[in-house]
Amino acid sequence: MLKKLYALAPFTVLSLILFSLFFLSITPIAIAQDSTDIIIEPATETVDDAFIEAQKPLAPTSVAAIDLDNDGGGAVLITWDLSVDDVEGGKVKEYLIMRSASAEGPFEERGNATLGIGRFTDNQAEVGEPYYYQVVASNFARSNGDYSWKAVGTSQTIGPVSSSAQWFNSDRTWVLVWMLLVCGAIIFYIWKAKSGKKIYIRKIAGIEEVENAVGRATEMGKSIYYVPGINDMDDVQTLASMSILGRVARIAAENNTRIDVPVSRSLVMVTAHEMVKEAYSKAGCPDLFQDDQVRYLTDDQFGYAAAIDGLFVREKPAAIFLIGAFFAESLIMAETGNSIGAIQIAGTAMPAQLPFFVAACDYTLIGEELFAASAYLSREPKLLGSLKGQDFGKALFLLAIIIGMIMTLFGVDWLSKMFIVR
Amino acid sequence: MRREIPIAITFIVGVVFAVSYFIPREPFSEFESQFGDWFGIIAAFAIWLGAMNLMKISIVKIGRKSPDYFYSILIIVSFLMIVFFGFFEGYKGIYADPQFSYRDAGTGFNWIYEYIYSSLSATMFALLAFFVASASYRAFRARNLEATLLLISAFFVMFGRVPIGDMLTGWLPDGYTMSGWANWIMSVPNTAGQRAIMIGIALGLVSTSLRIILGLERSYLGGE
Repeated sequence: MLKKLYALAPFTVLSLILFSLFFLSITPIAIAQDSTDIIIEPATETVDDAFIEAQKPLAPTSVAAIDLDNDGGGAVLITWDLSVDDVEGGKVKEYLIMRSASAEGPFEERGNATLGIGRFTDNQAEVGEPYYYQVVASNFARSNGDYSWKAVGTSQTIGPVSSSAQWFNSDRTWVLVWMLLVCGAIIFYIWKAKSGKKIYIRKIAGIEEVENAVGRATEMGKSIYYVPGINDMDDVQTLASMSILGRVARIAAENNTRIDVPVSRSLVMVTAHEMVKEAYSKAGCPDLFQDDQVRYLTDDQFGYAAAIDGLFVREKPAAIFLIGAFFAESLIMAETGNSIGAIQIAGTAMPAQLPFFVAACDYTLIGEELFAASAYLSREPKLLGSLKGQDFGKALFLLAIIIGMIMTLFGVDWLSKMFIVR
Repeated sequence: MRREIPIAITFIVGVVFAVSYFIPREPFSEFESQFGDWFGIIAAFAIWLGAMNLMKISIVKIGRKSPDYFYSILIIVSFLMIVFFGFFEGYKGIYADPQFSYRDAGTGFNWIYEYIYSSLSATMFALLAFFVASASYRAFRARNLEATLLLISAFFVMFGRVPIGDMLTGWLPDGYTMSGWANWIMSVPNTAGQRAIMIGIALGLVSTSLRIILGLERSYLGGE
């Protein structure tokens, strides 16, 4: 019996496949056949003048048009009080904003606003050209994308109004004040440092460990990997990373230890190539530098992560530096580095990636420490001076936070408003 | 001149970007967009430098029969294959009637993108879940006071984010359930810490930018 069943099995399977194929082949025909059966009836609503009059919404009131503040020109802000019929289930479906170069028209539609919205910005105004505006409350019914009927309530004409460009964005006055204060402090401390005044800078554990990490690689006879993140040279984090790379490469060259820099951006590759080559020259061993030490892998985020992971696992470097801008690939790289037992120093100003680095790396340069690292490693007075200026900014904002908090508790909020950025 | 010209360019571009933040009108807003375009053009040309570098290093590796040179062969084959499909189908699409793009569905390029690249990319991203688990295990071991606090916070946040947390603590008053504690941890101590880091980062950015614009920090040019 069983033998018979086994003999029938291929036949059964084949039949099932054939039946499935037949079913699949006739299904589109059946669907097509069905679709031809659908007949869309045209709208049969009776529309006459009395009907339109009854559906007409009341026009919006208090329409005003003003030149938009603090912009480069070309924008007019139109505001209005909502139509009385702008209620749930009411007669207003949308507002249309109409514009004309003359009060008599003709008016062209510039855009629309949904129910309950009483403002619209016309971003396509010519600077200096006078315009007239109307706001139209619109009620309509649509069938197959066409209007079956449309009833409108038009506001009075407002204008003329013309847009102009401003010389200063007054919303950012306080930003300018704080920026000048911080920049002033940084420049002052740089000047002070240049004049020979000794500056105390607190120790940063991650940076202190750079030499130890390179030394460990030297002792083990293994290489160092420096990963400068996945952003391009237009990111300050990458610039900061390049500066640190210069110092790390020099220490590596002095210790006669190979440093590899796999990068994900071509411009970063060019810069890193220059940095490492120069570092070897300054260390007095330009002939030790090899072109393949700095290599481009890919611009793709996870392709880069995969390539880095592969390199880590195959070459097992003794020290890994993950310094720059990182995103979701941060932990993929850091965990792989951790699994091969390398000493890892990470640094980024991406707050979301910091916990990953803290969990997976031996030392992490948190945010501002990344920017301080280059100055810290160079020990140049003028660069250290800028760190002192940075600390002044921090003290200033700390004070403002404490005073602002106390003032807000007592209902006084002018200080906290100084820090609102628009 | 090798140093002076880049420093002058950096100074001009940096000042224009800073000024255009406060002066919204022409010519500053126009300069800002122009400089952005220039960067895009330079970066686009530089892509070939990167591609050539990748090819050169891979070919040298194969030539020397370095360890794992098989991967270099794979790089070259993949690179040439995608370039071939991109150019061939791009060229074919221009002269076809109706015209099509090499990125349209049904092309070889699109097939490689959809069924090889996307799958590999998603696989790498999916690995993150396992790495998060292993990193969390290490981070949450109660070795000292800080790690213990982290462990306790993680306990509340993780239980507060899954239904069982509220099921077990549903009898507590509103706001004291597991999700209430999780929300409090995320919106109060966590936000405070994040903001402190953000303030530090902002000041670091200002300081570094100023050093670069003024030409004090010039190590990224290849000198110290």
